[in-house]
Amino acid sequence: MDRKILLDKIDIPGIRSFGVFQNAGGYSAVEKALTTMSPEEVVEEVKLSGLRGRGGAGFPTGMKWSFLDRKSGKPRYLICNADESEPGTFKDRFLMEKIPHLLIEGMICSCYALGVNTGYIYVRGEYKYIIGILNEAIREAHANGFLGKDILRTGYDLELHVHSGAGAYICGEETAQIESLEGKRGNPRIKPPFPAVVGLYGCPTVVNNVETLANIGFIVNHGGGEYAGYGVGKSTGTKLISACGNINNPGVYEIEFGLSVREFLYSDKYCGGIKGGKALKAVIPGGSSVPILPAHLILQTASGEERLMTYESLADGGFVSGSMLGSGGFIVFDEEACIVRNTWNLARFYHHESCGQCSPCREGTGWMESVLHRLEHGKGRQKDIDLLVSIAGKIEGNTICPLGDAAAWPVASAIRHFRQEFEAHVEAAVCPVSQIH
Amino acid sequence: MSDREIIRPVREKEGTNVTFSPAVLEKIEKIKGRYPAGREKSALLPILHIAQEELGGYLSVDVMDYVASLLHIQPIEVYEVATFYTQYYLDPVGRHVIEVCRTGPCAICGGERISAYLAKKLNINPGETTSDGLFTLKEVECLGACGSAPVMQVNTQFYEFLTEEKIDQILEELRAQGNEDKPEKSKWIEKFF
Repeated sequence: MDRKILLDKIDIPGIRSFGVFQNAGGYSAVEKALTTMSPEEVVEEVKLSGLRGRGGAGFPTGMKWSFLDRKSGKPRYLICNADESEPGTFKDRFLMEKIPHLLIEGMICSCYALGVNTGYIYVRGEYKYIIGILNEAIREAHANGFLGKDILRTGYDLELHVHSGAGAYICGEETAQIESLEGKRGNPRIKPPFPAVVGLYGCPTVVNNVETLANIGFIVNHGGGEYAGYGVGKSTGTKLISACGNINNPGVYEIEFGLSVREFLYSDKYCGGIKGGKALKAVIPGGSSVPILPAHLILQTASGEERLMTYESLADGGFVSGSMLGSGGFIVFDEEACIVRNTWNLARFYHHESCGQCSPCREGTGWMESVLHRLEHGKGRQKDIDLLVSIAGKIEGNTICPLGDAAAWPVASAIRHFRQEFEAHVEAAVCPVSQIH
Repeated sequence: MSDREIIRPVREKEGTNVTFSPAVLEKIEKIKGRYPAGREKSALLPILHIAQEELGGYLSVDVMDYVASLLHIQPIEVYEVATFYTQYYLDPVGRHVIEVCRTGPCAICGGERISAYLAKKLNINPGETTSDGLFTLKEVECLGACGSAPVMQVNTQFYEFLTEEKIDQILEELRAQGNEDKPEKSKWIEKFF
């Protein structure tokens, strides 16, 4: 369970530069795809691989690609979603910083497969130094004939451009990202039409996450079948997990799907256990929007099976006793963390980041923030707890984009699993757990 | 975003220059060229970043009007964007803008203590600027560096695994730079845009 696809070359000195990357076998996928495969064959291999979107939704990439309208006669676009902003998630930053050419190589193969001649990398505005690294990587790829006109004398033309966001979580949602790339506010669009038909500038568009695209080179080189041999079941390949919170070894780890949560959390190869030898209280396993799970449910499913790092196992039990793999942002809470305070903190985040288009999200996130604020600060009432559940339920499913769900789930799950702690805040009329006051 | 919907009509003092240098204008033409003909409005976000850096550290109405004229769009199209994205400042800021993360993963690793320490050291509240004009302190949402919490960003530089001692040292270094322009300023645009 420790084979690697993305980070196997990460320790080679100078791997960030084109020359070192190419000497280590880089860009061979571009040569193979452009000179020996048809675009359709590349799409077929990606379908065969079982690769699923690594940004959080987990939608099969090959299927997403197959929806792209190829008959409209309009230009087609690929946008690499590097607007990584889900709290707890910092894997794409790591990948782009350490081995940017892996992304460029994957994007060239993907653009070729999709018949795209212009691609954009939408990077969150806070990652300016990453933009510098990507610009340099693109410049090198250009200078070496892997971008521009008539790549490898195959007649295929491709330009890649980096585009900077400016601080808006919502622009990670693909239609908001398209709006933003068009120079507008990041208000998500109503779907359908889906971007695959009407996307950037009204043209067919695919939006894929950084990590998703970084996998394409391997799939081209080794075939979708070999890729599907990594992992278990429908969770094929590997996943970058960004681990943070109260653990000994925070950082980015590439795991093969199927590793147990217990090993990931306690092995010195990964998180290295809870900091200061304290007890585990809870984990948010897939970025701040997925349901939080208490210690006993993150290590085992409700039916007593070992919980695994896979899409399916983390979702086992639905929202009653399970969660989601999401973006792979693994946030660990020790016994001293206050769940109410953290839930208030995240509610404030979603309120701040709501674009304001849909009333349930615009108003509901604000209500949740203020009710949670008074609970955490000792001014809550017992009925506030059910009020929160009610608000969350009225946001969920009633908004144009998933930000509403993302705001509702952390609140609903925190109360589901830690109701006593909320009640204790009301009874004590002060935060009894208190990480800081 | 939701808590910053009202734009403040901050205008420049009369006679203040709100135009880019020829070199910057050349760069802006290059950026516009990355988007299809007729879609130059796409360059708005990058150009606003550059305008903020080059023309006084924040986006006054005059600066926004100027950017609108460069892209041949209505001023309102710039205002609505400038007020939506948190990295655009609508009020004057200090020489160094300290953006400290306040979101969950940083908060459970001592981020709240770090933020409070910064406010105490600078003797200002988040959102305010020191009287010498050197520092503006802002609490921001997740910076995407949770594995090295607590974190803050000053200008474009990340500072990670923050402690009170580290903050003392960072503030000293920034103070030592004083009010002078960053030596790397011209390279800044070339590198990031």
